[in-house]
Amino acid sequence: MSVKQKIVVVGNGMVGHHFVDEMAKHQGYEITVLSAEDRLAYDRVHLSEYFSGKTADDLAMTTPAYYNELGVKFYTNAKVTNIDKSGKTVSTETGETFSYDKLVMATGSYPFVPPIPGKERDHCLVYRTIEDLENIQASANSGKVGVVVGGGLLGLEAANALKELGLETHVVEFAPQLMGVQLDQDGGALLRSMIEGIGVQVHTQKATNEIIDGETCNHRMVFADGTHLETDVILFSAGIRPYDNLAREFDLAIGERGGIVVDNQCKTSDENIYAIGECALWNNFIFGLVAPGYTMAKVAADNIMGGEQQFTGADMSTKLKLMGMDVGSIGDAHARTQGCKSYVYSNQPDQIYKKIVVSADGKNLLGAVLVGDTSEYDSLLQYMLNAIELPANPDSLILPSAGEKPTLGVDSLPDTATICSCLNVTKGDIIGAIDAGACDVASVKSCTKATTGCGGCAALVKSVTDHELEKRGVEVSTDICEHFAYSRIELFHIVKAEKIKTFDTLIEKHGCGLGCEICKPAVGSILSSVWNDYILQEDHLPLQDTNDTYLGNMQKDGTYSIVPRMPGGEVTPERLIVIGEVAKEYNLYTKVTGGQRIDLFGARVDQLPDIWEKLIAAGMETGHAYGKSLRTVKSCVGSTWCRYGVQDSMAMAIFLENRYKGLRSPHKIKFAVSGCTRECAEAQSKDIGVIATENGWNLYVSGNGGMKPRHGDLFATDLDDETLVKYIDRYLMFYVRTADRLTRTSVWLDNLEGGLEYMQKVVIDDHLGVNAELESQMEAVVATYQCEWKTTIEDPKQLKRFRQFVNSKAIDENIEFVTEREQIRPARGEEKRYQGVQIHTVDISEPAAEIV
Amino acid sequence: MTIEKQWQTICHRDDLVKNSGVCALLESQEQIAIFQVQDKVYSVGNWDPIGKANVLYRGLIGDTKGEVYVASPLYKQRFTLNSGKCLDDDSVSIKTYDTRLEQDQVQILV
Repeated sequence: MSVKQKIVVVGNGMVGHHFVDEMAKHQGYEITVLSAEDRLAYDRVHLSEYFSGKTADDLAMTTPAYYNELGVKFYTNAKVTNIDKSGKTVSTETGETFSYDKLVMATGSYPFVPPIPGKERDHCLVYRTIEDLENIQASANSGKVGVVVGGGLLGLEAANALKELGLETHVVEFAPQLMGVQLDQDGGALLRSMIEGIGVQVHTQKATNEIIDGETCNHRMVFADGTHLETDVILFSAGIRPYDNLAREFDLAIGERGGIVVDNQCKTSDENIYAIGECALWNNFIFGLVAPGYTMAKVAADNIMGGEQQFTGADMSTKLKLMGMDVGSIGDAHARTQGCKSYVYSNQPDQIYKKIVVSADGKNLLGAVLVGDTSEYDSLLQYMLNAIELPANPDSLILPSAGEKPTLGVDSLPDTATICSCLNVTKGDIIGAIDAGACDVASVKSCTKATTGCGGCAALVKSVTDHELEKRGVEVSTDICEHFAYSRIELFHIVKAEKIKTFDTLIEKHGCGLGCEICKPAVGSILSSVWNDYILQEDHLPLQDTNDTYLGNMQKDGTYSIVPRMPGGEVTPERLIVIGEVAKEYNLYTKVTGGQRIDLFGARVDQLPDIWEKLIAAGMETGHAYGKSLRTVKSCVGSTWCRYGVQDSMAMAIFLENRYKGLRSPHKIKFAVSGCTRECAEAQSKDIGVIATENGWNLYVSGNGGMKPRHGDLFATDLDDETLVKYIDRYLMFYVRTADRLTRTSVWLDNLEGGLEYMQKVVIDDHLGVNAELESQMEAVVATYQCEWKTTIEDPKQLKRFRQFVNSKAIDENIEFVTEREQIRPARGEEKRYQGVQIHTVDISEPAAEIV
Repeated sequence: MTIEKQWQTICHRDDLVKNSGVCALLESQEQIAIFQVQDKVYSVGNWDPIGKANVLYRGLIGDTKGEVYVASPLYKQRFTLNSGKCLDDDSVSIKTYDTRLEQDQVQILV
């Protein structure tokens, strides 16, 4: 009989959880987690996203259900207060005792608050847990100015949080530069000027003497040089200290400046006790990053199971985005290695600084600093970690590519190369996953968990995976379908560059076969976005999906629904009456839609032209409810009627709807305009959301309701009318050009490399120099708008297509309605008189008379 | 028992829509979908056995490995125009009809 070994884990942060995950993969262990916090592990690396809409649940790394599934026992609010090393038990505050065979300390760290008089005042906070964030949010609500004490990596993240909360933000740093650990002086200086450029004020070489009552704000920070700064909120982010009290109290070896001393097996001075993560001191060093913590977790788990893995230190290279700015630091960033040499590239106008540090013989990369552009980070890191020999001119690695740039092909990486440093996934692990059957990036990710930490390695994981698959002869295709060996973006460029106007020309020159239900509508949409011809003209008609072909939304029984446009949801009583009369005349089921307009259901194909003739005569036009195009601009009445409105949201909504109606795009597009921050129009759930402010308009982008809700990202604030429209023109046209087919703006932005910040650069700063072109393309679409229904009913040839039968005036017997709640609905199978000419199973020599 | 099939004129060539479909009603009350794909004309039953509606003539025409098909406008299943076979679901198929153009008249063998 085997008895399970008892493992008790104290602490459930990211590292503690990772240990549990590693350990629970193996049989024979009974794992108990004791957490002093009242929630289970969550992602602290992405903590600041709590302010951009992520919830505690989004950040959670595990759930009670998951631990139950793993068979892991867990206790929250269970603070351990006693360790009995000889009896091998721990007890909690509440008096519960747990016995262990192996104890794992993963107690983490806490923020260091310098001993400044006044540091206990209200609104003096730290930035570490979700509870801290809640406190920060509460304090920010009642203040105008915020200060972060500490200009390191975490301090700048905290400053970003304050800025997002709308405070005037300052960073106060004792050292002469920002991010002194990761960056050299010049890199730090550039970062400073970039951060100041977005309105965060930086004060270096400032030592705070005391915090006292302020005159204009809650506090006044008095500095050693005699100056002072007034602020409402103070966040301390001056480094971390290990939570080692418990270990200290029960006589485990502790470092001189704190930290539980561990050896290469992550074992403490007691052979049955391990320590991992930020509470552990290895080689007199505390690792304040998650990746080394994960490695420790893995090593400890391996040793408990009898393995011999060793922790031998960790690479502290980092790549991150701070307030939209790219910063990277690799290895010996400060060029401290004996005899090393540096190459520096500095570009002040574009705010880019890059430095590489190479060995005395020029063969190996020792370190790098990247500010403003981290695109070479991944390959530089691989050069260093794998001691890959540098090219003859190492500076070519960081110079702007003037033609040939040496690239580090993924093929040249050894199998031991670490690809995902958070989860410690090597190239070999990815190859293993592929050998075991993973055949795309998604399955490689789910097998290896690569990219699930900081996510910075996503591009590299993709290129390794694609490369390995290609080597195995698996075709990694971005082709839209078998008829075109091009992606949608490539087809878009071809159509534009070669001025191609029809599908037939395109497929003849660049494709094969007849086309299909994938490429035809996609090309139809592209042709429309670029040339904006009538979509039902002879060449284009066969490309359209059925909804576009008949300019209506096909329902389950083959009838259509009809939606006239009502810009901004505004409709005159006269038009409303016409809609009602039409619905009555044709006996149409009538419903108000979510987009603030009216949908009429149950029209047969042959009735559509007559119905539209009547609607158009009353001054209405098509609502494009059937198209991959602008649907509606939802709105509230704004300042015209509402007591709270601060801008005329009605007029703006109507203007925007009329501007973009008819624009064909990769997927449908929805807008909303709210007249004040109460946001009654729910603009943050739309592709384009506009919210009025006292000073103009705030623009939100890429929100979505539906299946995968996403809050829109705040793109720009306090815009005047003209700038707002310009930004929307550029944003939408860039989306139309670059998104894959059937991709909403939300998914498109999430998958776009560089994401929101990249789009801000493109749209606001004209980073790619394409804005004039995007605007003129949008102007062309706006100028060539036509109501497709108007064009259709004026063309006798088109009207012919709306006959149900080419050889009879009969109607489709299968369309039958019954009455429900005083309106029609399609009859269900058992309710139907018509039992179908399911001729494919009926012998047609039998008379079919009973059908009629 | 076999009934002699005959060519029946359905409509004029101009009634067809290039690379798309139209619908016709036979005397038997069967609905057929007629497609003109480049220079060829095909006819199949108009009933979508999966969507259970008379809609196939409104589907998109495509080909895969040279096999021409119509994709149902309701749920996108593909039916080949030569054999009526459903490429996405073995359990269903649609009927096909021999079709020809005779002096600009569209004729079907029924």
